[in-house]
Amino acid sequence: MSKTKGLHGVRPIDVERGQVDLSHGAGGRAMTQLIEELFFDALGNEVLNREHDAALVELPPGRVVMSTDSFVISPIFFPGGDIGSLSVHGTVNDLAMGGGVPKYLTVGFILEEGFPLKDLKRIVGSMAKAAQDAGVTIVSGDTKVVERGKGDGIFINTAGVGVVSDGVVIGGHLARPGDKVLVSGTLGDHGVAVMSKRENLSFTTEILSDAQSLNGLTTAMLESVPGIRVLRDPTRGGLSAALNEIAQQSGVGVALDEAQLPIRPEVKSACELLGLDPLNVANEGKLVAICAAEDAEKLLAVMREHPKGKDAAIVGDVIDDPRHFVHLRTGFGGKRLVDWLAGEQLPRIC
Amino acid sequence: MKYIEEFRDPELAQNLAKGIAEAVDPGRDYAFMEFCGGHTHAIARYGVEDLLPDNIRMIHGPGCPVCVLPVARVDKAIALATDHDVILCTYADLMRVPGSKFDSLIKARSRGADIRMVYSVTDALKIAEGNPDRQVVFFAIGFETTTPPTAVALRIAKAKGLKNFSVHCNHVLTPAAMRAILGAPGDPTRITIDGFVGPSHVSAVIGMQPYHEFTEDYAKPVVIAGFEPLDVMQAILQLVQQVNDGRADVENEYARAVTEEGNAKAIALMDEVFDLRDSFEWRGLGSVPHSALKIAPDYAGFDAELRFDVQTPAPRENKACACGDVLRGEKTPEQCKLYGDPCTPENPLGACMVSSEGACAAQWTYGRFRQQDLVAE
Repeated sequence: MSKTKGLHGVRPIDVERGQVDLSHGAGGRAMTQLIEELFFDALGNEVLNREHDAALVELPPGRVVMSTDSFVISPIFFPGGDIGSLSVHGTVNDLAMGGGVPKYLTVGFILEEGFPLKDLKRIVGSMAKAAQDAGVTIVSGDTKVVERGKGDGIFINTAGVGVVSDGVVIGGHLARPGDKVLVSGTLGDHGVAVMSKRENLSFTTEILSDAQSLNGLTTAMLESVPGIRVLRDPTRGGLSAALNEIAQQSGVGVALDEAQLPIRPEVKSACELLGLDPLNVANEGKLVAICAAEDAEKLLAVMREHPKGKDAAIVGDVIDDPRHFVHLRTGFGGKRLVDWLAGEQLPRIC
Repeated sequence: MKYIEEFRDPELAQNLAKGIAEAVDPGRDYAFMEFCGGHTHAIARYGVEDLLPDNIRMIHGPGCPVCVLPVARVDKAIALATDHDVILCTYADLMRVPGSKFDSLIKARSRGADIRMVYSVTDALKIAEGNPDRQVVFFAIGFETTTPPTAVALRIAKAKGLKNFSVHCNHVLTPAAMRAILGAPGDPTRITIDGFVGPSHVSAVIGMQPYHEFTEDYAKPVVIAGFEPLDVMQAILQLVQQVNDGRADVENEYARAVTEEGNAKAIALMDEVFDLRDSFEWRGLGSVPHSALKIAPDYAGFDAELRFDVQTPAPRENKACACGDVLRGEKTPEQCKLYGDPCTPENPLGACMVSSEGACAAQWTYGRFRQQDLVAE
C-alpha cells in the first residue's frame, strides 16, 4: 500500500515471495508494516484501525457471553476451509451455543519464523470473509513470532463477546428426562475432511469440512423456541463427547436411535476404512440442541428451513439414567453404549 | 455404503435371531468363541448379544494382535525407540499398550523418542526413503492378515537395497493359538468351548484347510465368518446346528472371500520371507510352540532383532491383571479385579483394555450398561 511507503519510507512487503521473520514480531517498523499491509488490508474496520491495544466497543442491552479458543489444526488448509475461517467459526459458535448473538472478536497470531506471507495473507483473507459472513467485527489483534522450529507455522487464538437476549437460558445442566435431542445436520464431515489431507493418509474423498458459523441458525431457533435448554457444538470428540458431557452435567441419560443419525455415506465409508466411529469424529459447523418434547417438531421445522440446518433430525431422547450413560439403539437392532473417546483419535483437527 | 449395509440389515437380523432362537435346545447352554477381535468388536458395536438367546454365551478370544503381545516385546519396542535413535513406526493401537512399569510407546514419544503411527507398512518404507540418514524400524504385529504386507515391504526393501530400513517381527499364527486355548486333545480341564466363529481376514489368507485339525482332533466345529454382524449371526446359527447334530465340521460362511486353499500368493510370500519360530511368548497364553514367525536368513539384513542389540530388564506385569484368563475365555472382563477401576481404556493396565478389539475394551466401551451392579438404584 502506498500509505506505508509514505509513512515508513520502505518498500511494500513482498507477499508473493516473502516469509515471516523475527522482525515481524519485534515491535519495530517491520511489524507495523505487516499489520498495516497484511492484516488491516483484510480485516480493517473503524475500531481496529484506531490501533489501540484495547478496543472500545458498544454492546446492545442484555447479558454478555465471552469465550476463547485456540487453533492449531494440521494441515492449515483443508477441503472446505482453513485455520483462519475455522478460528472465526469456532469462537462464533462457542458464543452462539451460549445462546448469544456474537458481536466482537479479538485475534492473536503466533507465527513461526519462515512462514510464507502468501499463506498468511490467504488465512487472514479467509478470516475476514468468515467474520463478515457471521456478522462479527474483529476489533483487536496481536502478533508474535517464534523462532524456526519453535512453532508449527501458525497458531491462532480468537476470543469473542456476544449478547444474550432476556429470557434465553441455555446450559449443559438443563436437560431433563423426556426432552428430545436434535442435531443440525450430517455428522463427522470436518474430521474426515481433515484426515483425508493428512500426510500419511493417501485417500481422496469428496468430503468438505462443514466448518461454518452457526449464529444465524441459533438466532432463528431461539426466536422460534426460546425455551431451548441445551445448545452444544460437537467439535473434538464428536457427538459422543458432547452428549456424554451433557448427560453428566444434567445428571441424565441419553437414548439415541442410530437409524435417525444423519451421516453421509462417504463419511461412513472413510470411517469404516480407518476404523473410526463417526460419532467420535469432530464437527465444526453442526450443533446439538435439546428441548422439551412438545417443542421438538417446531424446532426441527425451523432448523430445516435454515440453509445451515437443512439436514437436521431428531435423533434421540433424554432419559432417566443414574449412570448417565449415552445409549444407542443400533440400526442392526441391538443396543450399545456411546462412550467418550478414549485417548486420541487423531491429533490436531481444530 | 454399498455391499456393507446389506450385511447390517435389521430385518435380516431379526429373521436370523428368530432362526437361532428356534434352533437352540433350551435344555443346554452353548459357549462359542469368536477368535478374532474384529468379531468381538462387531458383536459389541452392533449389539449382537441382544439378538441372541440367553443360553448362548460368546467367549471373546485372543485374536486381537496388540492384546496378545507380551510385555517383554512392548519393552523391546520402547527400548528400541528410546535408546537407539531410530524412527520407530507402528500401528496406532500399539501406542498405548502398557509395558513394564506402566510405560508405553506414547509415553516414550512424549519423552522425545521418534515414534510414528502408520496405517500401513508402506508408509514406513516411505519414511525410510525420506530419511536416508536415520534408521527406520517397522514394529510389525498381527496375525496372518498383516503378515503378507510386511513380507511385501521386506521384498521391496531388499530390491531397493534400503540400508536404513528393518522390521522387528512379532507376527503370530492363528491355528497355534487355537491349539493353545484348547490344550492337549481330549484334555477335560480346559474351559468348554462348543465351537469357534472362525477368523475372517486371516482365513482369506490361510484358507479353510488349517482348521480341519480342530474338527478332527478336538471335535470342535469351526464356522469361518465375515466381520459384519449378519455374518456373525449366521455363523452362530450354523454352530448351533452343528452342535445339535453332534457334528464338527469346518464350514465357510465367508465364501465371498475365503476358499479352501486360501491365497496361494500370500502364503508363498510368507514362506519366502519368514521362518517358523520354535516358540513365542503370548500374553495370556504363555509360551506357545511354533506360534510365530521370524525373518528368514535371506532377509536377515532387514531383521531389527539382529541389527540392534536391545537390552531390556525382565518384564514386569501387573499381577492382578486377568488378561490371560480373559484371552483364554476362562474369565469374563467383569471378573477381573482391575476392570473398570482402575483399568479403563483411558488408563489401560492390561492389553485387552487398549484396542477396541480387546475383550475388556469392547465390553467397557459398548456393553457396560448391561452390568446391573453398576446401577445406583
